[in-house]
Amino acid sequence: MTADVTATLPPAISVAGLRRVYPVKPKPVTALDGIDLEVAPGEFFGLLGPNGAGKTTLIKILTTLLLPSAGKASIFGFDVATEAAKIRRIMNMVAGGEQSGYGILTVREQLWMFSQFYGLGSREGWRRVDELLDAVGLGDQRLQRVSTLSTGQRQKMNMARGLLNDPWILFLDEPTLGLDVSAARAVREMVLAWKGAVPGRTVLLTTHYMAEADELCERIAIVDHGKILAIGTPAELKRRVQRESVLRLEVNRLDGGPAVLAKLPGVVSAALAADNVEAGTEAQRVAVNLVLRDDNALTGVMAALGAAGSRVLGLRTSEPTLEDVFVELVGRGFADEADAEAANAGADHDHSHPTEDAER
Amino acid sequence: MSTLFPTRETTADPRTDADWTGRRAFETNLRALVGRAYPRVRGMGREPSWVFFEILLPFLGTSAFVLVYRALQAPEAYVGFVVLGGAMSAFWLNVVWMMAGQLYWEKSQGNLELYFAAPMSLMAVLLGMAVGGLIMSGTRALAILLISTAIFGVQFHLTDWALAIPVFLLTMAALYGLGMMLASLFLLWGREAFHLTNLAIEPVYFISGLNFPVARLGALGAVAIATVPLAVGLDAMRQLAFPGMQGLEGTPPPQTEALILTAMTVVFLVASQRLIRTIERMARSRGSLSIRWQ
Repeated sequence: MTADVTATLPPAISVAGLRRVYPVKPKPVTALDGIDLEVAPGEFFGLLGPNGAGKTTLIKILTTLLLPSAGKASIFGFDVATEAAKIRRIMNMVAGGEQSGYGILTVREQLWMFSQFYGLGSREGWRRVDELLDAVGLGDQRLQRVSTLSTGQRQKMNMARGLLNDPWILFLDEPTLGLDVSAARAVREMVLAWKGAVPGRTVLLTTHYMAEADELCERIAIVDHGKILAIGTPAELKRRVQRESVLRLEVNRLDGGPAVLAKLPGVVSAALAADNVEAGTEAQRVAVNLVLRDDNALTGVMAALGAAGSRVLGLRTSEPTLEDVFVELVGRGFADEADAEAANAGADHDHSHPTEDAER
Repeated sequence: MSTLFPTRETTADPRTDADWTGRRAFETNLRALVGRAYPRVRGMGREPSWVFFEILLPFLGTSAFVLVYRALQAPEAYVGFVVLGGAMSAFWLNVVWMMAGQLYWEKSQGNLELYFAAPMSLMAVLLGMAVGGLIMSGTRALAILLISTAIFGVQFHLTDWALAIPVFLLTMAALYGLGMMLASLFLLWGREAFHLTNLAIEPVYFISGLNFPVARLGALGAVAIATVPLAVGLDAMRQLAFPGMQGLEGTPPPQTEALILTAMTVVFLVASQRLIRTIERMARSRGSLSIRWQ
C-alpha cells in the first residue's frame, strides 16, 4: 500500500461523544464520560492513564465486545455497534497477563487453533504460525506445551496470536504488564517491527507505563476518570510543563509525603518518582518529582524540608516526562494512584475460579 | 524480524478485507469448528490418565450391576442393558462436564472474549466442542462396550442396522444439542453452574434407566422418554440391540423414539442458537458474560 492510498482511507478510529456507564449497585459507574478521538490509519496511538481511567473500557468498545451507552465509535468507517462482524475481520487484540488457550496444546498447535478462528486454511495456518513463531523469537519453543511457558514467552505467544490474521488495527491493552525488562523490550520491538513493515497498520496501545508510551506512540491521549485530559505528540505534551522548572529531589525521609510539598507557594506539583524508595536499607531514599512555577520557589521547599527534619540527598533538574504532564493535569502521580489502589484492593475482586478443564 | 511480518498485498484496503462473501463466512465457521474440536482430540493423547478415570472406573460401576443381576438370576438381557447403559453414560458425563459448563470455564480463562472478538459464530465454537467431545466420549463408550462384552459375554442381537445407526446419531445430536443449550444457560447463571452440574448427573442417570429398563419407572419413565435424550436414545438402542426382550415393553417403538429424538435435536439446536444471540447481546450491553471477572 502506498502512502497516498493510506491518505484516502477513513480514520482507523473515530470516536465522538462516547459514554459508557456500568449499571452496577449501589450506584452506576461512569467509565467513559464523553470521549472524542480520531486516530489516523498507520498511526501508533497511546492511551495513558492510571487503573480505572477508562482505557480498557474504550478498548472493549472499539473491539466490539461492549456497546457504548451513548455516542459513536467506528473502525475504518465501520460502526462498532452495527458492523461488529466487519470490524472483527480486520482487527485483533492482545492484553497483558493473558492466559487464553489451552495448556495441554503445544505453542504451535495453540496458535494454529486460533488461526482457524480467523478462517485461515489449515496449511496456510500452520505456515503462518511457523513464520510468526520465528518472528517473535519462539521458534525453539514451538513444540513446547503452553502450560510450561514463562510469562515472557507466553506474552510473545499472545503477540503472535494477535498477528495471525494480519490485522489492520491491533489493540494492545497493557501488553507488557508483569513482564521483566528484557521481555517487555522484546514485545515493544516486535510491535514496532510489525507496524513498520506495512504502511496503514495501526496500533492502539493502552498502558500506564509512561516510558513505554513515550517510546512507542506517535500521539498520546492522557485519560483519567473517563475523560481525555490532553492529547498530542509526546513532545507537545511535555511542552505543557516546559515553562516550569522540573526537578528531581531526593531526601532521606519525607513525613506526610509529597502532598506536603505540593501545598507550598510556587510548587505546581509534587509526586513520588516511580523509583522513589530504596526499601530495606538504613539510608532510605525518597525521590520526588517537583514542578515549580519558577526557581525561587525552591527556597521555600528547602526551608520546609529543613523544618521537617528531612535531609536533602540530591537535587537535579530534569527534562519533563509524561508523568510530569500527568501530574500537572490531574494533580497526582501514578505512584500515588497505585498506593491508593493497593490500600483499597483485596475485598473488591474474587479471583477464585474453577480449576477443572480437561483441555488445560 | 520485520521481513517476516508483511503478508498483505500492498494494494489492500481494510474496507475490502472486511467485505466477506457468504461462502467465506461459512468456511471460516467450519474451520473454527475444526479448530475448537482440535484441543479435545489432541488432549486425549496427551493425558492418558483418561483411560483409567474414564474407562476403567466406569467399568467397575457397570460390573457391579452385572454381578447383582447375575446374583439375582435376572434375565441375561439385563446384563446387556447395563453394559449399553454404561457405555452411554460416557456421553452424558461429557455433555455435562465438557459442554454445559464449558463456556463458563472459557470465560474464566479469558478465551470467551477472544471468541467473541473473532470473525466467527459462537455456534461454531459450540459445535466444535461437541464434535471434539463426541470423539472423546465415543472412544470411551466403545472401549467400555468392547471390554464389557468380552468379559461378560454379552450377546447383541442387532439386525436393523439401518435404524440403529440413525438412532445412535440422533441420540448424539440431541444430547450434544442439549449440551450446547445448557452451555449458554450455565454461562448466564454463572457460578450456579457448579451446583447444577452436580445435580444433573445422578437424577438423569436414574430417570434415563441407565442400569435398568426405563419402562420400569412407569409414568416417570414416559416423561423421561419425552424430555431426556439419554432416556429415549438408550431405550431405542436397547430395543434394537435386544429385540423382544423382557423388560423393554411399555415404551414407544424405536421408530417413534427416533422421531422424538429428531424433534429434540431441532428444539435444542434452535434454542441454543437463540440463547447464543441473547448472550452476545447481553454481553455487549451489560459488559458482563464475555469479559473475565465481570
